[in-house]
Amino acid sequence: MLLRHTPKEVIAREGLTINPAKTCQPIGAMYAALGIHGCLPHSHGSQGCCSYHRSTLTRHYKEPVMAATSSFTEGASVFGGQANLLAAIETIFSVYEPDIIAVHSTCLSETIGDDLQQITKKAKDDGKIPEGKYVIYASTPSFVGSHVTGYANMVTGIAEQFAQSTGEKKEQINIIAGWMEPSDMREIKKLSKELGVKIVLFPDTSDVLDAPQTGKHEFYPKGGTTVEELKSIGDSSSSLALGCISAEPAAIALDKKCKVPFETVDMPIGLSATDRFIMSLSKAAGVEVPDEITAERGRLIDVMTDMEQYFYGKKVALFGDPDQIIPLTEFLLDLNMKPIHIVSGTPGQRFEKRMKEILRRIPEANFKNGLNADMFLLHQWMKNEPVDLLIGNTYGKYIARDENVPFLRFGFPILDRIGHSYFPNIGYSGSLRLLEKILNAFMDRQDREALEEKFELVM
Amino acid sequence: MQNSRLCREGSPELELLIEKGVGIMKEEIGILEGRQGQVFEKKSGEAEQLDISCEKTSLSGSVSQRACVFCGSRVVLYPVADALHLVHGPIGCAAYTWDIRGAVSSGPELHRLSFSTDLGEMDVIYGGEKKLYLSLIELIDKYKPKAAFIYSTCIIGLIGDDIDAVCKKVSKETGIPVLPVHSEGFKGTKKDGYKAACTSLMKLVGTGSIEGISPYSINILGEFNLAGEAWIIREYYEKMGIEVVSTMTGDGRVDAVRRAHGATLNVVQCSGSMTTLAKDMEEKYGIPYMRVSYFGIEDMSKSLYDVAKHFSDRPDIMDAAKEIVSKEVAKLYPELQKFKKVLAGKKAAIYVGGAFKTFSLIKALRSIGMSVVLAGSQTGNKDDYERLREMCDEGTIIVDDSNPVELSKFVLEKEADLLIGGVKERPIAYKLGIGFCDHNHERKIPLAGFIGMYNFAKEVYQSVMSPVWQFAPRKGGKI
Repeated sequence: MLLRHTPKEVIAREGLTINPAKTCQPIGAMYAALGIHGCLPHSHGSQGCCSYHRSTLTRHYKEPVMAATSSFTEGASVFGGQANLLAAIETIFSVYEPDIIAVHSTCLSETIGDDLQQITKKAKDDGKIPEGKYVIYASTPSFVGSHVTGYANMVTGIAEQFAQSTGEKKEQINIIAGWMEPSDMREIKKLSKELGVKIVLFPDTSDVLDAPQTGKHEFYPKGGTTVEELKSIGDSSSSLALGCISAEPAAIALDKKCKVPFETVDMPIGLSATDRFIMSLSKAAGVEVPDEITAERGRLIDVMTDMEQYFYGKKVALFGDPDQIIPLTEFLLDLNMKPIHIVSGTPGQRFEKRMKEILRRIPEANFKNGLNADMFLLHQWMKNEPVDLLIGNTYGKYIARDENVPFLRFGFPILDRIGHSYFPNIGYSGSLRLLEKILNAFMDRQDREALEEKFELVM
Repeated sequence: MQNSRLCREGSPELELLIEKGVGIMKEEIGILEGRQGQVFEKKSGEAEQLDISCEKTSLSGSVSQRACVFCGSRVVLYPVADALHLVHGPIGCAAYTWDIRGAVSSGPELHRLSFSTDLGEMDVIYGGEKKLYLSLIELIDKYKPKAAFIYSTCIIGLIGDDIDAVCKKVSKETGIPVLPVHSEGFKGTKKDGYKAACTSLMKLVGTGSIEGISPYSINILGEFNLAGEAWIIREYYEKMGIEVVSTMTGDGRVDAVRRAHGATLNVVQCSGSMTTLAKDMEEKYGIPYMRVSYFGIEDMSKSLYDVAKHFSDRPDIMDAAKEIVSKEVAKLYPELQKFKKVLAGKKAAIYVGGAFKTFSLIKALRSIGMSVVLAGSQTGNKDDYERLREMCDEGTIIVDDSNPVELSKFVLEKEADLLIGGVKERPIAYKLGIGFCDHNHERKIPLAGFIGMYNFAKEVYQSVMSPVWQFAPRKGGKI
C-alpha cells in the first residue's frame, strides 16, 4: 500500500498540494513548439527546467526530444537574462540550424522581469536572426495556471506571430489543435481529408513525436506545421478551435489580428463531441458528410448499443486536463456510466462552468479544479465512495493498485505504456477504441476475479 | 555574462591534455564553437595548440543533457525513505521529480509521494513563507516523518523567503529535524546540488546515539539502491564481518544517518555526489573515507579488498573478502565467457552522469570483449578526464557535457553497437538502430555487485544481439 497514509476524511488544506494532477506551464509550451516544422523549443531559465521537460516528454513518447536552454546562472538572475537569450539565439542558429526558435519563459525569468518581446526584438535589430529565420516567444510563468495554460500560450504565440493577412482569403480552414497526441492530430487530418476540407492544422506533432525508425536521428523530423502554412492562417476563411482551454485563446488572437472568425468546439472525444466537430467543420466548409464517416459513426453507435448492459451504472473516477475531461465526462454519461469523482489541477472558471453544465445529468458528482485539486483528494473521494474504474495518466496506478480498481491510462503523461502516440482517442474510431479499452478493463477484471461457477465463456 | 559552467575546469584541463599530446577535434561538424575544449579524440603524436580563454560568454543555447542544482539535491536525498520531502516552489519541480527514480525502500515509502507548496502568482508577490509553514505543519501532523527536507527552488532564491527561519520554527514546534536544502536551480550545476544535499545531511549526522557500534563499521555513501543494489553491497560487507551503520542515501533512514558518525570508515561510490559529506565527516569526526565502485568484477573486488585492508588488524575480514570474491568470480567467470564469445569486437559508446562510473564501465565492457569508442560524462573534472585519457584506446572520443548532435555523430562515425546512457539518450540510440543499456536511474535490474556484472553483460548481450536491429535501415533493412 504505497498510499497507505491517505486518510478517508477530507480536511481542507492550506495551499499544500499532494500528488499533483498538473504540472507547470513551460512543458506545454515545449510540446506545442514541437508541432512546428523545423522548430527548436527554447527554455529561458535554469538548465534543469529544460532537462526535466525533455525527460518527461521522452518518457511519454519514447522519442528523442530536442530543446535548448538559456542555462541561467547566478549572474543572469541578478542582471537579467537578456545576454543569455541573445547568446542562445546566436548559438542555436549557428549550430543547430533550426528555421524557428520558439522561446518560452520560466518562473525564474518571469520573476526577474525578462521581457521576451523586447529581447527577441533586440535580437532582430542586432542582426542575430538570419534572413528567413524566426524567433517566436510565449510568456509561460510556472506559477500561473498549469501545463495546459503553457500550451495555450505558445499556440497563441504561434498564431499571433506568424499569421499574416494578404487581403486575399484562402479556401482553407484553420484547425487549432488543443493538447492532443500526434495520433489524434493524424486522425483530425484524416477526417478532414475524408470530408474533403482543406485545412491547416496547428500545432501538429504527428511525424515529429511518432517518427519512424530510419537509422538516423533527425534533429528536425519531417512533421510539424510549416512556416508557409502558418503564415497563411491569417487568410483562412475561418478557424475551428478544438478545446476551450488549450485551443481557443489562439483562435481569439487570430481573429483579433487578422479577422478570421472562429468557432470553438470540444475536443472530439466520444460520440456527441465528434458529432459537433464533424458538423461544425462540414458546415464551415460547406460540404456534405461523406458516407464513410457516417458509417464510422454507425459502427461506434452499434458497439455502444451492443454493449450497453456492461456500462450501465458503472462508477468512474477521472483526473486530467480540461479539454479532455469535458468531452470524456460527456461520453461516459452517454454510455450510462457515472463519472462521480473528477479532479484537474488546471484552474479556470470557464472549465468549471462547462463541467457544471455537463454534470447536471449527475448532480451527485464531485468535481474540483485548480488549487488542491490533486490526486490525494481524488483518492480520498474514492475511499468515501468507491468506483469501478479509474481514468487518468500513469500516476493513477498507485491509487488503482491500492484500491484494486481497473485503470485506464489516458492523458499526459503516460510513462509506462505505449499506444497513445499511435492510436487516436478522438473521432468515431478513436472513441470506439476508448470504448473497447473501458470495456476490456471491466471484463478483464470480471474474468480475473469471478468465482469459478460464474466464470463465463460468452460475454 | 560570465559563465563558469563552460570553463569550470576548462582551461587547465585542456592545457594539460594538450601537453600530454592529445589532439583536439575542431573541424568536425556539429560541435559548438566553444565546445571544442570539451571534446577530445585520443591520438598519438601531434598536439595542436589552441588559444582557449577561460572566461567566455555563456554557452546558452546548447541542447545540453545536464540538469540543475535542485535536481542534484533531489537525487541525493530522495532515497531517505522515512523523511518528508517538500518542494517549495511552483508545481513543476515537484511534478517532474515525483517517483522517477527506482531507489527502492525496504520499509517506509513516504519518499515516493509528491509534496509541493505549489506557489501561485500571489505567493510570488507576497512571499511563500506562510504557505510553507502551514504545509509543513499539516504534513508532519499527517505523516509523522522522522525528519523533513525542504527544497528551495529557483523562485525562492528570488523572492527571498527565509526558509531557514521557517524550518527552525517548525522544528521547534514539532520536535523533528526540519532541514532546509538550498537548491535554487540557477545557483550552479547539479554538482552544487549534491553539495547542498550533503550540507543538509551533515546536519543530521551526529545527532543520534553511537552506542554499541562496532569499531569495524562503515557507512555506504553514494549508493542509491536502484533496483536494490545497496542491499547486495551491504550483504557483501556484512558477510566480511563489518557492521554497516548507514547506507545513507540508498534505502536510507533518518535514524541511521543520525548515527553515521559512529562508523569508522566511509566508503564512497559516486564520488561526485557524496565526497563533500565524506570530507566533512572526516574533518568533524575524523572518519577517513575511500572511493570505490561496485561495477564490474575488477572494481567490485577492489571495493571489498580496500575496505578489508583498512581493517588490517582483523585478517579474518580480508579472508572473508577473498572468499566472497573467489566464490563469486568462480560462478561469474564462465558465464561472462559465454557473453564474451558473442560480443567480442563490438563497440560501445558511454555517456553517463559521473566520470567515475565511466572508468568502471570501460573495464566492465573490456571484460566481455567490447571496446569503447566514445567515453563521456556530464560532470567529470580535470583529473577524471586525464584518467579517462590514460585508460582509453587510441581513437576514443572523450566528451564533457555533450549534446545529442555530437553523440549521434560520434556513434555513427565510430560505428558503435551500443550506447550506455540515461533517459534522454535511449531513444537516440534506438533511432540510430543500435543497442542501449540504461546505466542511470532507470535501470530495472541491479547492475552493481558480482550479480550486477552478470546482469549488465546479459542486458548488453540482449540489446546488442537483438534481431530487431536487422530491420533498421542502417543495418541493411529496407526503408
